[in-house]
Amino acid sequence: MTALKVDNLSKTFPLGRPFFGKAHPGVRAVRPISFSVRTGETLGIVGESGCGKSTFARMLVGLLSPSTGTIEIEGRALDNADPAAFGRLIQYVFQDPISSLNPRKTIRQIMEVPLKRLHGLGKAERHVRIREIFSQVNLREEFLDRYPHEFSGGQAQRIGIARALAAAPRIMVLDEPVSALDVSVQAQVLNLLAELKQQYELTYLFISHDLAVVEAVSERVIVLYFGSVVEIGDAETIFNAPKHPYTRLLAQSAPIVGRPLTAPEQKDNELPDPLNPPAGCAFAGRCLRASDLCRHQEPQLSSMENGQFAACHHPIED
Amino acid sequence: MTRFLALLVRNRLAAAGGIILFCVLVLTLITPFLPLQDPDVTATANRFLRPFSPGHLLGTDHLGRDLLSRLLWGTRLSLAVGIAAAVLAAVIGSAIGITAGYFGGRTDNIIMRLVDMLMAFPYILLALAIVAALGPGLMNALIAVAAVNIPFFARNIRGITVGLAGQEFVDAARLGGLGHTRIILTELLPNVIPVIVIAMSTTVGWMILETAGLSFLGLGSQPPQADLGSMLGEARSALITSPHTSVIPGLMIFIIVMSINLLGDGVRDALDPRLRSGALSRPRAATLVERQGEIPAASDDLLAIQELETQFHVGQRTYRAVNQVSLSVRPGECLGVIGESGSGKSVTALSVMGLVASPPGVITGGAVRFRGDDLVGMPYEQLRQKRGDRVAYIFQDPLSTLHPLYRTGDQLAEAIRSHHRIDKAQARARAIDLFKAVRIPNAESRIDNYPHEMSGGMRQRVGIAMALANEPDVIIADEPTTALDVTVQAQILTLLDELRRERGLAIIFITHDFGVVGQLCDRVAVMYAGRIIEEGPTGAVLAAPAHPYTKRLIACVPELGEGRRKLAAIPGLPPAVDRLPAGCAFAERCDKAQEACRTGDISLSGTAPRTVRCLFPEEAMP
Repeated sequence: MTALKVDNLSKTFPLGRPFFGKAHPGVRAVRPISFSVRTGETLGIVGESGCGKSTFARMLVGLLSPSTGTIEIEGRALDNADPAAFGRLIQYVFQDPISSLNPRKTIRQIMEVPLKRLHGLGKAERHVRIREIFSQVNLREEFLDRYPHEFSGGQAQRIGIARALAAAPRIMVLDEPVSALDVSVQAQVLNLLAELKQQYELTYLFISHDLAVVEAVSERVIVLYFGSVVEIGDAETIFNAPKHPYTRLLAQSAPIVGRPLTAPEQKDNELPDPLNPPAGCAFAGRCLRASDLCRHQEPQLSSMENGQFAACHHPIED
Repeated sequence: MTRFLALLVRNRLAAAGGIILFCVLVLTLITPFLPLQDPDVTATANRFLRPFSPGHLLGTDHLGRDLLSRLLWGTRLSLAVGIAAAVLAAVIGSAIGITAGYFGGRTDNIIMRLVDMLMAFPYILLALAIVAALGPGLMNALIAVAAVNIPFFARNIRGITVGLAGQEFVDAARLGGLGHTRIILTELLPNVIPVIVIAMSTTVGWMILETAGLSFLGLGSQPPQADLGSMLGEARSALITSPHTSVIPGLMIFIIVMSINLLGDGVRDALDPRLRSGALSRPRAATLVERQGEIPAASDDLLAIQELETQFHVGQRTYRAVNQVSLSVRPGECLGVIGESGSGKSVTALSVMGLVASPPGVITGGAVRFRGDDLVGMPYEQLRQKRGDRVAYIFQDPLSTLHPLYRTGDQLAEAIRSHHRIDKAQARARAIDLFKAVRIPNAESRIDNYPHEMSGGMRQRVGIAMALANEPDVIIADEPTTALDVTVQAQILTLLDELRRERGLAIIFITHDFGVVGQLCDRVAVMYAGRIIEEGPTGAVLAAPAHPYTKRLIACVPELGEGRRKLAAIPGLPPAVDRLPAGCAFAERCDKAQEACRTGDISLSGTAPRTVRCLFPEEAMP
């Protein structure tokens, strides 16, 4: 069954019209993206800073209205960027656990919001529900009357997850949920997420810049570069047998114990200027395989072997 | 709250202002119950009586009315109008500001331009215009004063709200189903209220003055009703002959406004979080040193950290951030220091050159020796000569270490010229060479870039170039690649590796990433709760970790190419360094811990370079 279907979703941020001259076409933060996610699947979304992954995630949960395209959750189309309508179906876990909790509210007040506003539960029911959720995320009940600044990063992130769970969503968008945490705590949170997924039959969209973490938790992975999808494939194969040169560059850059230290080959290391994007493939400037075709024509996603899709005129063959 | 009061009282002027204001408030509150004469009864026979006349303590005015009575009733009225105007202006102004700040975009633009228009008029003209339109009277003066002060609140609160509205907790509330009104009332308002209170406390005095001004001009309170401004206005004509009639209300205005302003400033300071943490003073130029015990003897290493102890003294608490840490590097060697947040790795690094902020940091023991010289006890001027010259730092975030208003090349040249007497042209040429050395393309043109014109990777290259500027012997790199993307990280690490091989640099590389350590470092030291718990050649430590913490921490790190799996985790959290347990700090989280682990100090065992601080190590030590 399809949990989430995204069709042609894109976002262009308009720029103010200058006093003289013609208006700028705007910054294309996310170029049209289409994919679908099965119920119970974890889809990893990988990309470096500036690749549009946060803009994309904010559109998925209705915090930002898309410029084009539609979002369908379990067959229902959601096209009116209304966070409350989205909230019951899809929830968001933020990167910075502390700043996602209001410093002037107790944890109980924070937890009650989705129960009261999205599900209209009464006071007694809310208490029971909060207790249930807290025991599931391994938090003690006495935390409920404390304020966010009293918690460590790992605890605060579990509170963030508990709040998302309280909305009883079908899908959770996890935006770098562990990148602010220490490694020993990171594993606690990742394992908790895996347990919760089983228990509630959740579907995850896991956004991260850490390839090893994405590989450890995902079934399929999407690689974003400069606002567009450059490759989609199974987590097991996409980093071992990448088809797009950018995916290969990412995989080779990850520090691995025992691998000799050499910077992977590339021509340049700057992202293109979003105000003045190149004509063809956005990666052409950094790519060793780039030809004239790449610099003039934008490659489309096309099917490769092992069910992988890559947007490349000269995919890697092995 | 008690903490706030304590801070407020510590400020003597604010406390004095508070006490005076309190007395005035009490006096005005009990005025109706005091045995005073009627303030409005005229007795022209007794006009202009001097103070201390029988029956009239403060004398009488031009109509023979009792001045004491008029003063108290007048103060009561002036205070009431001033406070009411402040509350009115605060409520309306904050509502406008919070709405504009939250919705942003066009709403913000329209509202704020209207507010700007209001501000463009001189305030007294605007107040006069309002009173002229509404007619004179105290109520209308109140409205005028409130209206004139709305822009101040609106602008202030809008600024704060814009910052808050972009925070993630507001997004979270929207996803939790809260509407705009509820978000403004329950999420934003509680965070804005302290600012409103501060703004009010600093403006009430001003508003009392403005009301008095309008009354002075005869546009506020109407005769025979007394307020401080109208009393002054009526006494104006007798300023020379009977000065007391104008001095008395004038003094009262002075007392009230002064006390409110002093108190208001005190409130603002007491609520300032920077003052709360006790950092009232500027940090010293070098970390405070209060060493107890013997200073370790010199060794023949290039840089040796010997039994170093750095603590933070905050109030009654002592945080033992660095506890008996010993490390050393030789030329051309790269030493990795690995640990989680709060393990003391950064404080160790900053202690080397006395860069830990004091207060609250204090170096309480040990030594740091560079070619045998003790850097910890060194006079400041000598230490400053060595900073950046022999031992240089590379920090995590190059955007915050580079000055945003100077060109990167000029900053680099300055670093060179502070240690070498060369002219500007030579310094610039040297800066271009350094840019080339750190592989910045088009060095000649890039040198004139400002930091914001460069990408994160390029800025970190400038950071490295700056560290290399004076050809140091040791570079201390504190998480230099943590803020960078992986593709850029690989390049920066390769660059550092090449540089140390070319120039025989010693590098102390602080990180939390085993992958990075494994690729770059010759030796590695693992820190936990301020102590080194294991040290050895990188290959040996990573392949056969001896301390249970190291072993389990390595197991927590996912590596690329292992597929989907359940990750190992370490339950619990590291102990707070102000409440360290006796014995091993990791015992609480360790599944091998026994009674012996929780008592007494555990020393490093094994022979250099391979040592471990554990009674039951995972691997036998040589």
